[in-house]
Order: sequence, then structure tokens, then C-alpha cells
Amino acid sequence: MAVTTNVTESRAPRRRTRALRRRTALAAYGFLLPNLLGFLVFTFLPVLAALLISFTNWDLLRPAQWVGIANYERLVADTTFHRVLRNTVVYVLGTVPIQMGLALLVAMALNQRIPGRTFFRAAYFMPVVASTVAVALVWRWIFHADFGLLNSALYLIGVNDPPSWLSSTRWALPAIIIMSIWQQVGFSMVLFLAGLQSVPQHLYEAAKIDGATSFDRFRHITIPMLSSTTFFVLVISVINSFQVFDQAFIMTEGGPANATNTIVFNIYRYAFQFFQMGYAAAMAWVLFALIFIVTVVQFRYQRQWVHYD
Amino acid sequence: MFGYSLGNVLLAAFLVPTAILMLMPFVWMLSTSLKSAGEVFQYPPNFLPNPLRWDNYTRLFEVLPFARFFFNSVVVASAVTILAVATSAMAAYAFARLRFPGRDTLFIGYLATLMIPAQVVIIPNFILLRNLGWIDSYQALILPAAFSAFGTFLLRQNFLTIPGELEDAAVVDGATHWQIFTRVILPLSGPALSALAIFTFLFNWNSFLYPLVVTNSTAMSTLTVGLNTLQGQYNTAWTLLMAGSVLALVPVLTVFLFAQRYFIKGITLTGIGGR
Repeated sequence: MAVTTNVTESRAPRRRTRALRRRTALAAYGFLLPNLLGFLVFTFLPVLAALLISFTNWDLLRPAQWVGIANYERLVADTTFHRVLRNTVVYVLGTVPIQMGLALLVAMALNQRIPGRTFFRAAYFMPVVASTVAVALVWRWIFHADFGLLNSALYLIGVNDPPSWLSSTRWALPAIIIMSIWQQVGFSMVLFLAGLQSVPQHLYEAAKIDGATSFDRFRHITIPMLSSTTFFVLVISVINSFQVFDQAFIMTEGGPANATNTIVFNIYRYAFQFFQMGYAAAMAWVLFALIFIVTVVQFRYQRQWVHYD
Repeated sequence: MFGYSLGNVLLAAFLVPTAILMLMPFVWMLSTSLKSAGEVFQYPPNFLPNPLRWDNYTRLFEVLPFARFFFNSVVVASAVTILAVATSAMAAYAFARLRFPGRDTLFIGYLATLMIPAQVVIIPNFILLRNLGWIDSYQALILPAAFSAFGTFLLRQNFLTIPGELEDAAVVDGATHWQIFTRVILPLSGPALSALAIFTFLFNWNSFLYPLVVTNSTAMSTLTVGLNTLQGQYNTAWTLLMAGSVLALVPVLTVFLFAQRYFIKGITLTGIGGR
């Protein structure tokens, strides 16, 4: 900005600069105010409140009662919560790698010049925009033990005693994992496709001239050039998967016998069905800690396999 | 160009069956929603009901106020989108373009909360709304979702890429910050703004846990919560459940099919939309 730099006569201009700065700051606070107010009331203060609540017993009928770390101690001893943690981790490990692997395959196939590309892309992507509640309902119907589409198809190809899926303690969680892979694959596919399109074509051509096989090109060009996309997809998918709720609520209500009870579903039950706000808040903080640690670890280890350039 | 090379045959052998598998649940949903109660349990299953029973849809509106659910979802998702995009854009302008004391500290505060899952704040928000007497109201459905730290972050990053010369010219002409914001910055940020709008709308249209917690009457239910109520009352009435699901999907899928490019661009731009 055009401000005079004459030192001896700088008084008046300096005052003008200060006035300008103050005006800019005032304007800035004006621009910020609506969002900041909402952010403070509905995000920032609730985060702090949630931490305080997790140190209390509070059923919303009587005043909250300070109990120190008792809720966290209870979590450590709570075998249902151990089950819930294990279910959630199994869900994350079952969903993310398969979903990402399939997404990469589809993205590589769609990165070729083939007829109907837009149609295929739309087909894989449709589940991503669909409401999880609505598609969880149709999957509940597909997984129906006696009349479901899946078991009907299994009968037709000669499987005589197919699993009873959602009503089986063994198969309910895999069923929810299958449904979730179906729903999420398109999201990763789109990101991989964008990543693939930014790999410079001349690298492949040079490798071809050097006699590299298509597997060599995949291994030594595609994988490293795509690693920053892969890292991004991995981090986002893991964070999202830890928060699984809708499917478990609609398809199984966490059952049978807690077989599909996830952290968020358990938080929902304790907070809004049993009204144990303190205990539920403690679980929410454990969820946050888990996500935080896993994300930090991924960032720490990215240097060993992610190439940026 | 599209010869029957071995490569193309392999590609088709992979893409065609998997694409059919991806679409199957939607087809099955639509097909079931048009069947009679008896036809649903036929073996082997048929995909083409005969005759088409459209009355499942009329019944849907008789057993529960689905028109009201629809209306609520439209109101909530639209209001949240307008508020979130407008307030995020304003805040992002301040963060990206104006100097003021405390800017960096405040921005770090925004960033830090991005990592905190929504489930952490849902309990205090529920208690707050309860104390305000707002449970089961449009305010409760709209306001807590309408001030997006993520949107602010996304738009700030976008505004930072706009060259400063354009603003300098406007400043020389004596433009106010509001004029610079509305006539220089916003018109140059179309793709980022529309991506944020599309995904805010989509996210809130599909949102379930939050409206489930802050509403308790049928009259204030959104479509997703209404579907859950339907499932509670007609647990195995598959024709009715599928008709309701189709109803919840049609608006979003229609918009998607016509605006596919913007969805795809939006995802690659923002990395949002995943679950």
C-alpha cells in the first residue's frame, strides 16, 4: 500500500495507517462474526463441554455429579465396550482395504479409452450419493435369510444352507461390511481416477520403450505416482469408517447379541436411550482419541511410502 | 478405435458384471416397491412385477405423512446449505484476505476442531437445545449444522489462490471490502462454492443420527428419520419400505445424473462426500 516512508514527517501518515488497520480489523470481525458465533456456540464450546460432561454422571433429570475419571475406569472394565471396540476395528479393517483395492482396479479400468465410460462411472458412484438409511433398508431385504435376493441366488447356484446373514451372530458384521464396501467404493474410485489422470503419460511411454511389462509399469510407475492420492483416500476412509452408525442402526440395531454394535451406535444407546450422558461422552472421547492416534500414526509413517513431487 | 483386443475383452469382463452388481440393489429396490405383498416372496425372484403396483406409493402417504417428511428435508437441507455457504464464504474472506489481531490463533482453533468427530459434540448440543426448548424444531435441525468450520477452511484455501492484483485495482477505485468480496472474490470462486453447496445439501439430505436425536414427533421428522419410523411400524412390509426408500433417493439421484460432472469435480476438489 502506498504509505510514505519519510521518517521525519511520518506522524500523520502513520496515524492514517493505524486508522486503516483498525478499519480493516473491524471489517474482518464483521465478516467473521456470523460464522464465528455459530462455530463457538455449536462446535467449540460443545467440545469443551463434552470433555467436562465425560467426568460426570448426568441423567438430565438430576444435576450433573462430578465423578472424576470413574466413567473412563468403567469403560476399561466394560466387556460390552470391548466387544464394541473390536467390532469397530474389524469393520474398519474389513471395509477399508477391500474397498480401496476394488476402487483402484475400477479406476484403472475406467482410465482406459472405452465406450460407456461415463455410464460406468455413474454406476459405481451412485451408492455414494444415496442416503445410507434408504440403501441400508434395501440391503436388509437383500440379506433376508429366507426370501432375500442374495440367498435366493445362492440357492439357485446350489448352496443349500446359506448363512442367515443379519440374524446370525457370525455373519451380521460381514454383511454390514459387504454393504459398506458397496457404498464407499465409488468415492475412492473417483479420487483414484483423478490421481491416475495426473500421472504424466510420457513415463509409461518411456518405460514401454525400455521393455517394461505392464505389471512393471503398474508396480514402478502407477503405484508410486499414485501414493499421495492413496494416502489421502486411506486417511479419509479410515476416519469415516470409525464413525459407522446408520447401517448398524437400520440393518441390525447393533445385534444380534451385540455382534454389530459399533462405538457410535453404543454412544447413541447410552446417551439417548439410557440417558447416561457422562458415560456416553467418555465413549465419544475414546472414539476421538482412537481416530486421532490412527491418523497421526498414518501421517508419521507416510514418509516411508508416499512420494510427493 | 475400439477393437476386440484381448485387453478390451478383459476390461469388459471385469466392468460389466461389477457395474451390474453395483446397480442391482437400486433395481431390486424399485422392483420390490412395485410388487404385490405376495409377489415379494416368490422364488425364484423376479425383477419385473406384473402388474406394476403403484398403489404402494399412495399407501405410503396414507400410513405416514411422507409429504411432510419430504418438505422438512427440503427446508432443512436448503436452509443449512444457504447459511453454511454464506457464512463460510464471509469468514473465509476474512481469514484469506484481511489482517486482524488473533487471525492465526483463531484459524488454528477452526482447524483443530475439524478432526473431532460429530459424535463428540452431539451430546452437549442436545443438552443445549433441550435447555433452549428447541428440541423438535426447525432451529434445532438447521442451526447447529449451519456454521461449517470445514467450509471455512475449504473456501479459505480457494480464496488464497486468487491473485491479489484484481483486488488492488478495486482498492484503487475505492471499493469497500464488501464490494471486493461480492464482485471480485465470489465470482472467481464458482467451482469451490458450488462444490461446497452440493455436498452440504447432500450431507444434510442424507443425515440421520443428528435429526434422529433432536426430533421426536412425526411432524418434525426428516425423510431419513421418517423411513426409520416406517421400518419400526411395518418391519417386514417390504413393498412399503422399498417405496419409501425410492422416494428418499429419487431427488438426489436425479440431480446426480444430470450434474454428474459437478459431483465428481467437487469430490476431487474437496475430498468430501465419503462415509
